[in-house]
Amino acid sequence: MAWTRKILRINLTQGTCSSEALNMEWAAQYLGQRGLASRYLVSEIDPGVDPLSPENKIIYATGPLTGTMASTGGRYSVVTKGPLTGVIACSNSGGFFGAELKFAGWDMIIVEGRSPKPVYLHIENELAELLPADDLWGTTVWATEAALKKRHQDPLLRVSSIGRAGENQVLFAAIVNDLHRAAGRSGVGAVMGSKNLKAIAVRGTRGVGNIADPRAFMAAATAGKKVLAENAVTGQGLPTYGTQVLMNVINEMGALPTRNHRDVEFEGARKISAEAMHEKRATDGRAHLVTNQACFGCTIACGRISRIDETHFSVETKPEYWGASGGLEYEAAWALGSANGVDDLEALQFANLLCNEDGMDPISFGATIGALMELYDLGIVSKEEIGLEAPFGSAEALCKLAEMTARGEGFGKTIGLGSKRLCEKYGKPELSMTVKGQEFPAYDGRALQGMGLAYATSNRGACHLRGYMVSSEVFGIPVKTDPRETAGKAEMLKAFQDATAVVDSSGLCVFTTFAWTMNDIQPQIQAACEGDWSQDSLLQMGERIWNLERDFNLAAGITAKDDTLPPRLLNEPCKTGGSKGMVAEIGKMLPEYYSLRGWTPEGVPTAATRSRLGL
Amino acid sequence: MQVTLKLYAFLTDYLPADARRSNTLALEIPDESTVSSLIAARALPPRLVHLVLLNGQFVPPGQRDARRLCAGDVLAIWPPIAGG
Repeated sequence: MAWTRKILRINLTQGTCSSEALNMEWAAQYLGQRGLASRYLVSEIDPGVDPLSPENKIIYATGPLTGTMASTGGRYSVVTKGPLTGVIACSNSGGFFGAELKFAGWDMIIVEGRSPKPVYLHIENELAELLPADDLWGTTVWATEAALKKRHQDPLLRVSSIGRAGENQVLFAAIVNDLHRAAGRSGVGAVMGSKNLKAIAVRGTRGVGNIADPRAFMAAATAGKKVLAENAVTGQGLPTYGTQVLMNVINEMGALPTRNHRDVEFEGARKISAEAMHEKRATDGRAHLVTNQACFGCTIACGRISRIDETHFSVETKPEYWGASGGLEYEAAWALGSANGVDDLEALQFANLLCNEDGMDPISFGATIGALMELYDLGIVSKEEIGLEAPFGSAEALCKLAEMTARGEGFGKTIGLGSKRLCEKYGKPELSMTVKGQEFPAYDGRALQGMGLAYATSNRGACHLRGYMVSSEVFGIPVKTDPRETAGKAEMLKAFQDATAVVDSSGLCVFTTFAWTMNDIQPQIQAACEGDWSQDSLLQMGERIWNLERDFNLAAGITAKDDTLPPRLLNEPCKTGGSKGMVAEIGKMLPEYYSLRGWTPEGVPTAATRSRLGL
Repeated sequence: MQVTLKLYAFLTDYLPADARRSNTLALEIPDESTVSSLIAARALPPRLVHLVLLNGQFVPPGQRDARRLCAGDVLAIWPPIAGG
């Protein structure tokens, strides 16, 4: 349904659950999900707050199209101040939880304070109650979900929870729903853990309603599905190969960060690629990939479901991991594989399973292992300190460190601080491949100039999903641009960032934009939501959201000096491949980007910009 | 002269069976070969020839007819794909 017009506010300190009306004036300016939740967060917390203190809040927000018949309309976002980054965190997840929350009659949940004891939030339509979770504390996401379904005798209960990583406040802990869909980045799971909130379990039976123009909405949603089905990428490529198809593409371009960004080509890329996942293993004659899987309402179905090799060293004595489960997606396969030089597909899947099971962001975890392996390679961290040998390429180290980090054991506690704090601890901050404290995803910012700028300016630290310039620089969507070129990238990135903020606020998945343009998205929003949702007003809203996030980050202490990349990307040219000799030329693009944004040379939105956007 | 052809995703099926696990095929081709002539010689369906990289760099559709191949070149081709 479009807005339910209701917010569920949970005060964990007082143990209260209350209903309040959604601010429709804000909904008209920020739509929902990312935008609207950010508006609430900015109005309710001090930007300087300690992210892991009771004064921070965490918001679970749907969009107006969440739970509708729009393709991919199942998304929700978790918005808070991120402990990994110290800036605004907004992590987006699929699966079925978001739609279920909407079916229960809630647009969003605002959680504040800290519970004196572990609790979980149980929602059944209008009923919301905080229940003891002492027996769930110390268990995994998977165990928690199973226990809650059993306790409430409801296999259709949808659960969003943290594992032991979130409890231990691993700074890149994720919130996981439906076993393997995650609000993954920036440490939102650690915030949940800091509040002693183990899980949210929701069951909604109210269905869909409140669509402004149902007939027009059905027509627009159906037309949108036809576009997705007939597009070669969303209709065939993504369902068959998933995001993992990028492993060989990015490697062939010389844009695959390898061994903590020392290299840009990985000799083992083919062994951990989508093509490899389709092949039968020598050991058991089965393919790694079992099937693809869709989130709620999705007609793309890019998700991967795989089965690990039972004879692999990581699981040969652990039959609980032998069943089919989520992964590998491209970002996880890159971070667990290429980023630390591991080419063992089964080891990657095991580490990925642990990330899902105990709620960790595989991008930040894997990239942090890459940094550790470089510190080990340089002799800065010893085997004795880590508790094991950790050279680049060690599948054994990857698997063991994943277990140690998830459980908060030994050196795993240090890994759980993330790459930035790890490298600072050992006096080598320049070896941390991060922006604003968050680890890079799977594209080298030297080989793809536009992505370099996207990383430097992302409002949640290094991230590919705030402005996915890869789409243009590699795939040619909507137009092909030269990845080596800096001219024109600032303007294109701003357009990508603003449009992505719209999609992230609607309840739709950003992957639709491989086929959809605003011409496909706008009619669905306009038909579902009352008010003026012309393309111009939507794109201005995207710009408003971007500036709102920027204002929060500036107030949290970010300056223009933080809009940069690690020295390795700025000064050490790519060694091989199609990008040989290239460095990230941020300086050529950033002033133009600031100007296009209506910001001062110091990266601050001007009074005129704020006024124009109604901030 | 010898070049290397790499075909990925749905194009894997257009490789000989023994080349599919590497997605790589070493080929002996005439000296005057171009990107387009090699694509035609392998009978690759145009609708599946989308992303074309020569030694890691994109070759736009409009340049494929004229772009001559050199000994040792690596030509990698994908159908329409995306990810994230």
